[in-house]
Amino acid sequence: MMSNLTGAERSKAMMIAGLGALVGLLMAIVGRNDPMGAHGWIILLFFGALFFVVGNALYAPEPTEDRAASYYDDPTKVGIILALLWAVVGMSMGVWVASQLAWPDLRFDAAWSSFGRLRPVHTSGVIFGFGGNALIATSYHIMQRTSRARMPDQISPWFVLLGFNLFCIIAASGYIMGITQSKEYAEPEWYADIWLVVVWVVYFILYIRTLARRNEPHIYVANWYYLSFILVVAILHIVNNLALPASLTGAKSYSLFSGVQDAMTQWWYGHNAVAFFLTTGFLGMLYYFLPKRAERPIYSYRLSILSFWGIVFFYIWVGSHHLHYTALPHWVQTLGMTFSIMLLVPSWASAGNALMTLNGAWHKVRDDATLRFMMVAAVFYGLSTFEGSFMAIRPVNGLSHYTDWTVGHVHSGAMGWVALITFGSIYALVPVLWRRETMYSWKAVEWHFWLALTGTVIYVFAMWNSGIIQGLMWRTYNETGTLRYSFVDSLVAMHPYYIARAFGGLLFLTGACICLWNVVMTIRHVPRVTPRLDYPTSSEAMEPAVPAAE
Amino acid sequence: MTILVILIPVTLCMGVFALAVFFWSLRNGQYEDLSGDAERILHDEDVPLQPSKTTRRPEMTKETTR
Repeated sequence: MMSNLTGAERSKAMMIAGLGALVGLLMAIVGRNDPMGAHGWIILLFFGALFFVVGNALYAPEPTEDRAASYYDDPTKVGIILALLWAVVGMSMGVWVASQLAWPDLRFDAAWSSFGRLRPVHTSGVIFGFGGNALIATSYHIMQRTSRARMPDQISPWFVLLGFNLFCIIAASGYIMGITQSKEYAEPEWYADIWLVVVWVVYFILYIRTLARRNEPHIYVANWYYLSFILVVAILHIVNNLALPASLTGAKSYSLFSGVQDAMTQWWYGHNAVAFFLTTGFLGMLYYFLPKRAERPIYSYRLSILSFWGIVFFYIWVGSHHLHYTALPHWVQTLGMTFSIMLLVPSWASAGNALMTLNGAWHKVRDDATLRFMMVAAVFYGLSTFEGSFMAIRPVNGLSHYTDWTVGHVHSGAMGWVALITFGSIYALVPVLWRRETMYSWKAVEWHFWLALTGTVIYVFAMWNSGIIQGLMWRTYNETGTLRYSFVDSLVAMHPYYIARAFGGLLFLTGACICLWNVVMTIRHVPRVTPRLDYPTSSEAMEPAVPAAE
Repeated sequence: MTILVILIPVTLCMGVFALAVFFWSLRNGQYEDLSGDAERILHDEDVPLQPSKTTRRPEMTKETTR
């Protein structure tokens, strides 16, 4: 991997790693009386390791081949592996915290293993670790292929990928130590937030520079989705994390806003993180890998562009639907509710567009589990966006809010849509990226598909039942006008569903482990495809549906 | 609700920026050949970006005109 870097690039990478290590050392010294000091050591270790890895190869021979004649795929490959490692870690945490809810003894009486600390490790691990790495990796692949241009340099893609993973590590280790600013999906403290801004700005510049070099006049729609993901997440992240550190030698900070003001900012961020992190980026994946795998152009390209602009203009206004029946002014709640319902139009346009693309290729969906992953992802995208619009309606929200129904809704989106489209894309991408004939085992892909689908369905149905039972129990009054059930009554009623949920999650985790194994075996044991042309060629368009070829 | 004095303008600015980008894409001729644009991603043979001496041109032409 180092052989693709010139000597000048290696020394530049060493300098960045050295600087990072210095910052880590500084943090370790000034923060020695605070958990921030532990983060300093982690940062020092991270950059120190990079420093030595690069330094070791500093005087290795310069790259000989003409680099401009090929795509730069090394960071993509590392990103895919990292995404799968995070998937296993994040989903294991999910199964653990789900089991804690059913069997509280699984906390083992330690502070670090309490539900409140492990849950954000799960959410950040799957959203940022798995989803984020998959988004970065696939965006590197797609932006180069659709622009028919190599990335402009060799350093910034690594900076973005590794810097983002450092952010994830700081986040996860911080939660275990009890560092959190208590904002859902934005838990990391001020220094991690500042670091992410640096990484994200470099990411945006890298994307724009690649597009500027494109040899293809048109900017394919997937790029628009990825760009909106990068740009909007940056703005949301900055505004929601405006906070004043209590001191520069400690992790604790205080938000600039308080009370319902802070809640509004948080959900303006929170829902748009769902929109621009968990939706648009993954739609970019869908719009590239689905047509590629089905070997058919998208059903209506015009519609894909229309739904993009629809999502861009509608999504940003819906955050206040998280604060129905709160101190938030009524008209702001209504605004969020209205836009949430309008949002169904561009959402279903994308879901329908994906399914219509498969019209005429259903035999491929039958034979090819990879394509089936994408098809089911599109179905779940349609289902969960409908559910989301429905739950944003104020009276419905009165029943669903604060119950497990919300958890079920989130997971039908996160497992059914986000994870399935990612796994589908990974199975489509890995043979192309490593230039292998096929995946190591298509049977394992089939197993993964059915495990993931069964796990998701069990999870979502368990949470629907549990959530609606909870919601109804909490609003049941007896003749004297007092509440019929205590909170503990509803907790007891949920117990069987919590066991079912943990089991569904376990199936899903098993699938992810199979995926990691399959990818590693593909890299190690499947013979290389000899490129038919002298220059690097991708056989993407001619990639056979995997099982059909067996 | 002083926060809305920040959030609504920020959100509106993002919307206006998106609108500006949309008009740029319109003027730039991004939407002139939609079916071709959708089709072209399917047959990319990793055409060399800067044909160098080592690339075998004839074979490439054969491939792309297929």
